[in-house]
Amino acid sequence: MSALQRLFKFHGGVKPAYNKEASTGLPIAVAPTPTLLVIPLHQSIGGMPRPLVKAGDHVLKGQRIGGADGNASAAVHASTSGTVVAVEMRLMPHTSGLSALCVVVEPDGCDEWIARQPFDFRSASPTQTRDYLRDAGVVGLGGAVFPTHLKLNPGRQGKLDTLILNGAECEPFITCDDVLMRERAEIILKGAAIMREMLAAGRVLIGIEDNKPEAIAAMEVAARAANQAAGDEAMQVVSVPTRYPAGGAKQLIRVLTGIEVPHGKRSTDFGVQCFNVGTAYAVYEAIALGQPLISRIVTVAGNVGQARNYEALFGTPMRDLIAQCKPLPDSDRVIMGGPMMGLLMPADDVPVVKATNCVLVGSKRLFPPPPPEMPCIRCGECAKACPADLQPFEMYWFSRAKIFGKAQEYNLFDCIECGCCAYVCPSHIPLVDYYRFAKSEIWAREVEKEAADVARERYEFRLLREEREKQEKAAKLAAKTAAGREKAAAAIAEAAKPAATPEEDAKKALIAAALERAKAQKEQVHPENVSNLTPEQEAEVAAIEARRAEIREMAKPHLRQDD
Amino acid sequence: MNNSPYFLKPASVQSVMVRVLLALLPGIATYVWFFGAGILVQIALASVTALAAEAVMLRLRGKPLMLFLSDGSALVTAWLIALTFPSIAPWWLTVLGTLLAIVVAKHLYGGLGQNPFNPAMVAFALMIVAYPLLMSQWPRVGATDFAVQWDAIFGNRQVLDAVTMATPLDALRTVLRDPEQRAMIGGVLGGKATFGNVGGRGWEWIAAGYFLGGLYLLQQRIITWHMPAAFLATLFAVSGAFALYDADRFAGPGFQLFTGGAMLAAFFIVTDPVSGATTPKGKLIFAAGVAALTWVIRTFGAYPDGIAFAVLLMNIAAPLIDMYTQPPVFGHKDKRGDSQ
Repeated sequence: MSALQRLFKFHGGVKPAYNKEASTGLPIAVAPTPTLLVIPLHQSIGGMPRPLVKAGDHVLKGQRIGGADGNASAAVHASTSGTVVAVEMRLMPHTSGLSALCVVVEPDGCDEWIARQPFDFRSASPTQTRDYLRDAGVVGLGGAVFPTHLKLNPGRQGKLDTLILNGAECEPFITCDDVLMRERAEIILKGAAIMREMLAAGRVLIGIEDNKPEAIAAMEVAARAANQAAGDEAMQVVSVPTRYPAGGAKQLIRVLTGIEVPHGKRSTDFGVQCFNVGTAYAVYEAIALGQPLISRIVTVAGNVGQARNYEALFGTPMRDLIAQCKPLPDSDRVIMGGPMMGLLMPADDVPVVKATNCVLVGSKRLFPPPPPEMPCIRCGECAKACPADLQPFEMYWFSRAKIFGKAQEYNLFDCIECGCCAYVCPSHIPLVDYYRFAKSEIWAREVEKEAADVARERYEFRLLREEREKQEKAAKLAAKTAAGREKAAAAIAEAAKPAATPEEDAKKALIAAALERAKAQKEQVHPENVSNLTPEQEAEVAAIEARRAEIREMAKPHLRQDD
Repeated sequence: MNNSPYFLKPASVQSVMVRVLLALLPGIATYVWFFGAGILVQIALASVTALAAEAVMLRLRGKPLMLFLSDGSALVTAWLIALTFPSIAPWWLTVLGTLLAIVVAKHLYGGLGQNPFNPAMVAFALMIVAYPLLMSQWPRVGATDFAVQWDAIFGNRQVLDAVTMATPLDALRTVLRDPEQRAMIGGVLGGKATFGNVGGRGWEWIAAGYFLGGLYLLQQRIITWHMPAAFLATLFAVSGAFALYDADRFAGPGFQLFTGGAMLAAFFIVTDPVSGATTPKGKLIFAAGVAALTWVIRTFGAYPDGIAFAVLLMNIAAPLIDMYTQPPVFGHKDKRGDSQ
């Protein structure tokens, strides 16, 4: 099957030590339910879900505890049945060490599900299906946790050429997709079939790096069965060369189809959409079994005696998983993800979340501190390794000098932060750190600039309004005095009777014209659009006013600076 | 604790520089074979001077001493200076050149990675302008008597006449300058008795040694093919075209490629990443520019070899070349990529 597929190369990439064997020896184990689950509400890209429960509530397994905030968000569910002990700020699994709102559930040990019902997506509208998946909390499980329902849209054409399942799993140490494909290939492909229908995709390519022969074999067997059942040849397993980051969505799309999806463009515009194999699995569970996303496969590897994959409930402290794997005494850190792109955890008791594909235990022996940073000698190794075809040393140069505009000119935002450049750098420069710094500085400046722009606009509008009010007052005054004069003039005319002099006529005409103008202006400025509003419109206006007030608050420091 | 990536490829500036030094060994060996061990004295002089100057400058600039001293970059500069200077140059010429390279061309511009000009070429250019005669006294092929060379280096220049001669490039220039002798160009270039078959006896073998070292650098992926290929191809094309036009006035490509510093330049000098262009297309333009300028200066200029000036001139242009040759990034290419 795979021999027929023409493959494409992506530029750059590296071949680090893979270290995958350690965690593939044993089958997936179900991680024990911890004594306390700390379930962060914000586990995906997009809006932060609103809490739907409060302390003291009893929740069932799979019960929605966080409602999606708008469409670009995904719901969050209780991973088991129990009692909500708190809805409070807890430390998040992120390097920054920030806290965010979490629902803390004390399991009751019953593990009692909500009523689960399959979702008949064939009789539902595409929008209904997408809403269902959003409320089932299905997000991309490759690590990016982008809400899946947003991607299950064929775009303008109404259909796609290719649905790609990403089983490349190029990061060292991580094997959660590998074992999932080995053990549950059939279910993954059932999920893929649902996705294919939703996307009206012509074919399904399943890209797997060739260092996973067992997974390839299992998926090929399942694909043959699926094709037989469907009576076509749509599903195709493709073995791709092992080279980090072949599992990057853009890189895999390129390898399998030759298409390069530019930064900021949708892949559906090119007739392709790409999902992680774990996501396909989650889609099947949600649609066919009615089970929302409450757990995932997590690789626990690194500085442990027995690396293994666990099916872990979201909210399980990473420490509990690590404890299952006999961590070695010299362990000194926990990384979420792999060694190339993983995030250093602020503590080992942060919870497993939807983005947790791997809990990597580190030590000085395994990940020695980098040798001292030397100056860049422009050797170009980084450019050779960059899978986005960037010139990393130029971006480094400008990021370091804080010439962010130039860094952007060198396509800083096309950088996928895969770490290849830093990995090969003979001067041991933490290049990716410089890019992260430059990106966050640019974002911060943009936010500041927007706030300042809004403040300036408001200030200019105020000046304009004051000017206008002044004019209106002047016009009113003029009208008053004109009326008085007219009276006086009439009295005088009555008394004297001689015809008005031409000068007076001219004056009167001027006054009349001014009156006319003032009247017209008054009519113009009368805010017609805020009368006769529906309650919805009024709410919207209130919301807008609230936002404006917020922006005013944000802009205050800048106005002060201006003063 | 550092951020991702948490492990690095075992690579270092030092290992790059050490392999560059290794790659110079075949050329040095043939140098010694044909022209005596004087070159080794020069290498030692330049190395000691470079390390001492580097240490002083690092101390003055408050930089970690051992980290930068051991990076090997000063040694590469030193060796290139020794190999481009006459091997029987007086000791102070080499020392002065090396000092200028390390102190002025490297550290006053900000040290490792910051120098806009190739330090070794700065040294060569300054010295040939300041001491044209001393920079033009090259050892005679086969005059390998170490004691005589030692004397020449450390003071006793009386013995020089017996051991020096003009380089092939110099001889060629002399012949071409005198219209009556022009007909002898064939004799100068092809006469085995004088200079050997291709680039001058001895010289062509040293060039072959550098070529071998260059292949090693390519194999080690320290340099890419762009620079040497563009340099050699351009020099070949330009000199070939003019030799076809008038073989009595212009030396052919074989001579141009295998004489003087051409081969050293192709693999070790234009390939200096710090002061050269870095994009693939930029590298081609940069090296082609150096080659074309080298030929022009060799043919029409007043100095025996034009590589140093050609490199410095192109160093100035390198940032501009890079700016205009940025390769398209992922997703912004016109055509689909190559099939695997």
